[in-house]
Amino acid sequence: MAEAVSPTTSEKPKAPRIGVFVCHCGTNIAGSIDIDAVKEYVKTLPNVEHVNDYKYQCSMPGQSNIQEAIREKDLTGVVVAACSPRLHEPTFRAATKDGGLNPFRFEMANIREQNSWVHMHDPAGATEKAKDAIRIAVAKASLLEDLYPKSVPVEHAAMVVGAGVAGMQAALDLANSGIKTYLIEKAPSIGGRMSQLDKTFPTLDCSQCILTPKMVDVGRAENIVLMVNSEVEEVEGYIGNFDVTIRRKATGVLSPAEAEAKGIVGGGCTGCGDCDPICPVTKPNEFEMGMAPRKAIYIYHPQVVPLLYTIDWDSCVKCGLCVEACGDKKAIDLEMQDELVKVKVGTVILATGFEVFPIETKEEWGYKRYDNVITSLEFERLICASGPTGGHLVRPSDGETPMRVAFVLCAGSRDSTGVGKPYCSRFCCMYSLKHAHQIIEKIPGVMPYIFYMDIRSFGKAYEEFYYRIQDEGAKFIRGRVSNIQEDPVTKNLRVYAEDTLLGRPMELEVDMVVLAAAVQPTELTNKTRKLFGVSCSTDGWLLEAHPKLNPCGTTTAGVFVAGACQSPKDIPDSVASAEGAASAASIPIHRGEVELEPYYAMCVEEKCAGCGLCVNLCPYSALALIEKDGKTVMQVTEAKCKGCGTCGGFCPGGAIWMNHFATPQIVAQIDAFLLGGEQ
Amino acid sequence: MAENPEGWQPRILAIICNWCSYAGADLAGGARIQYPPDVRAIRVMCTGRVDALFIMKAFTDGADSVLISGCHFGDCHYLEGNYKAAKRMFLVKSLLKNIGLDDRRLRMTFVSASEGAKWAKVIEDVVNVTHELGPSPFNKEFGELKELV
Ligand SMILES: Cc1cc2nc3c(=O)[nH]c(=O)nc-3n(C[C@H](O)[C@H](O)[C@H](O)COP(=O)(O)OP(=O)(O)OC[C@H]3O[C@@H](n4cnc5c(N)ncnc54)[C@H](O)[C@@H]3O)c2cc1C
Ligand code: FES
Repeated sequence: MAEAVSPTTSEKPKAPRIGVFVCHCGTNIAGSIDIDAVKEYVKTLPNVEHVNDYKYQCSMPGQSNIQEAIREKDLTGVVVAACSPRLHEPTFRAATKDGGLNPFRFEMANIREQNSWVHMHDPAGATEKAKDAIRIAVAKASLLEDLYPKSVPVEHAAMVVGAGVAGMQAALDLANSGIKTYLIEKAPSIGGRMSQLDKTFPTLDCSQCILTPKMVDVGRAENIVLMVNSEVEEVEGYIGNFDVTIRRKATGVLSPAEAEAKGIVGGGCTGCGDCDPICPVTKPNEFEMGMAPRKAIYIYHPQVVPLLYTIDWDSCVKCGLCVEACGDKKAIDLEMQDELVKVKVGTVILATGFEVFPIETKEEWGYKRYDNVITSLEFERLICASGPTGGHLVRPSDGETPMRVAFVLCAGSRDSTGVGKPYCSRFCCMYSLKHAHQIIEKIPGVMPYIFYMDIRSFGKAYEEFYYRIQDEGAKFIRGRVSNIQEDPVTKNLRVYAEDTLLGRPMELEVDMVVLAAAVQPTELTNKTRKLFGVSCSTDGWLLEAHPKLNPCGTTTAGVFVAGACQSPKDIPDSVASAEGAASAASIPIHRGEVELEPYYAMCVEEKCAGCGLCVNLCPYSALALIEKDGKTVMQVTEAKCKGCGTCGGFCPGGAIWMNHFATPQIVAQIDAFLLGGEQ
Repeated sequence: MAENPEGWQPRILAIICNWCSYAGADLAGGARIQYPPDVRAIRVMCTGRVDALFIMKAFTDGADSVLISGCHFGDCHYLEGNYKAAKRMFLVKSLLKNIGLDDRRLRMTFVSASEGAKWAKVIEDVVNVTHELGPSPFNKEFGELKELV
């Protein structure tokens, strides 16, 4: 068996004296676990010097108990049996430290999340499990050693990935607090989905009017380095020191600054648009949901930031006409190549947003088969004054104004058939109410029919907005639409549903159907999150560190989330979460240094045979073989080691000491569980 | 299947990673999903840390089953610790067979931080399989070969 002390320990360790503190957590724990029985049992365990129980160990008096006991009983280790270490380990480590012990001499026994809450109807089983958990924790605490977190300096720069309203807000906040911020956007313009919207609920301000000034601010901000047409390619490092490689896609167009750098004085793209009419290739404009054309050299719309044209290489025929039209500005370079840019940042915010669920997979509604079935996002473009129809809602089949419009809510959301999404997409109820209002306002005599399951108007002033739309005369039908059929001649649509309030099936002929399609995380979000080591929920939304207490953090220290990439969020919620994430991401940067958990590996040189197996296993290249005193041994670069322990799990000679998760400590836990407390 | 001896309760060790399975197990708690209380979990930072020795030690100590649970492939907080752990499991399973243990007593699963329900299901499965297999031959009290270890 391996040594029980780490290679750096010089003194002989003191005989262990452990204090055990059992928490009732109100009735959360005490309701299913017999605390007195546990306490009596713990008193019989070897090395236990002190046992105490309290209603809430995490409260001030609970923490004081721990501190006093450390001092009075000269404890060498502390065990708290309470909730999950993922919740309160930091709290109790701090209390341990305040009591005068090294904080890493603390160990937690989880008797709530993984015990009392999951064995509520088996008090005897839960009580036995709690006894075992504490015995295991005491065994580990008896072997814990002092550890000292290392402080590392934090790079005075941040990165925001995704420049929708959330990413823009986060970048502005960071920049305004004096932090250099790289804002990475994959599209040719910033703004995200919000720039496609016409008006916004519940206040009905025009989306462009509140968004464009922010876009201009972002473009102008001194501290923001804006990179559009860019994606994160590679990430290395850790909090305080992330080395991020960005791929800047070749746009074929030089900005004025880039032109100047190339010696083209006064050149570069000014957004004049001379290239546009001359380009012979026409493609659907994705910003207009394909309902308007663009050229192979294009901008989405006149308000784009930055105002630079982009070449779509998939459709460009390289005829060179645009180069001629551009003339002396020499902004177009048809041979431009992608560029890899490396930047160093201290913290990162992911704000990569969402996309619309492919609603054609719900075949019963006929999207993409029937001309006059559209999605809400297409509706936004059609009703928008700057959209392809100048704000006139028309039927795609014949250009006529629809007088009967059905809105299908929860289209693909709250759908447990396996085709759609089980969750609520949150903003569809509200924007559909908005859509009903917009057509009532614009088309005299129009009749909106809203098919809903229940209206979720949860936000500030949302319920009032709902009443307003009811008063304006929209018809609400509670029931899911089971089927839609098109009249092949008139292209009108027959909507079949069950009116669950009247308890009878119904059918209705309308001129247009708008599907409030579910939203989902994008494939690119998935790729980006993996680069940063961020987890996702079963539905693919980015996972926060704690849903209540750390909603902007992730499980990767220094990486935060903002906006609708975390879960469907409307604009107010996206902006609020962005401000939260920016504040959280700025803290380490303003402090200037962070402490890294001291869980790195160490080499026990007497045992190391220099085989080098571990060197190849390490995903971070933190290990190397060196010559020392005429012997080949492994050496750890502590700053590179993240403490996974993969090397330690494989070393055939037991020559790797993983701080805080050392082999003797883990074996002691296993023995304590299976052999009892008395070895 | 033979009757299991009276008084025997499965003794099952789980070694689980901090970032996915431990968080998933916590989530099962938050959602109050009930499952049998026969498993004792030890937390490590990553399943990559799981030495074959730990598993063999547990079996010689009389464990009836061992469960190793980590992140899904591609989701390991340390990139690829779980791949390496999974590879190691094949080795340990063949070792178990060599010493006459049914290799179903060792199981590796992948439970993410958002899969509370899956965690409960995994525990139920492991407990059921252990009941099916009965006490390990090396079980300190009930095993046929308890004198050997
Ligand atoms: C039809 C419809 C109507 C709506 N109406 C309203 C309304 O009236 N009021 C309201 O409050 N909300 C409304 N919403 C919701 C609103 O659109 C969202 O709240 C908002 O867009 C969320 O902003 P975001 O920045 O989080 O995400 P997004 O707007 O999706 O922005 C994400 C940005 O990140 C970029 N990106 C994505 N992945 C990457 C990557 N890997 N690398 C680099 N860049 C990346 C994208 O190109 C995009 O620019 C509506 C939504 C829809 C679908
Ligand atoms: S961190 Fe979960 S398996 Fe590696």
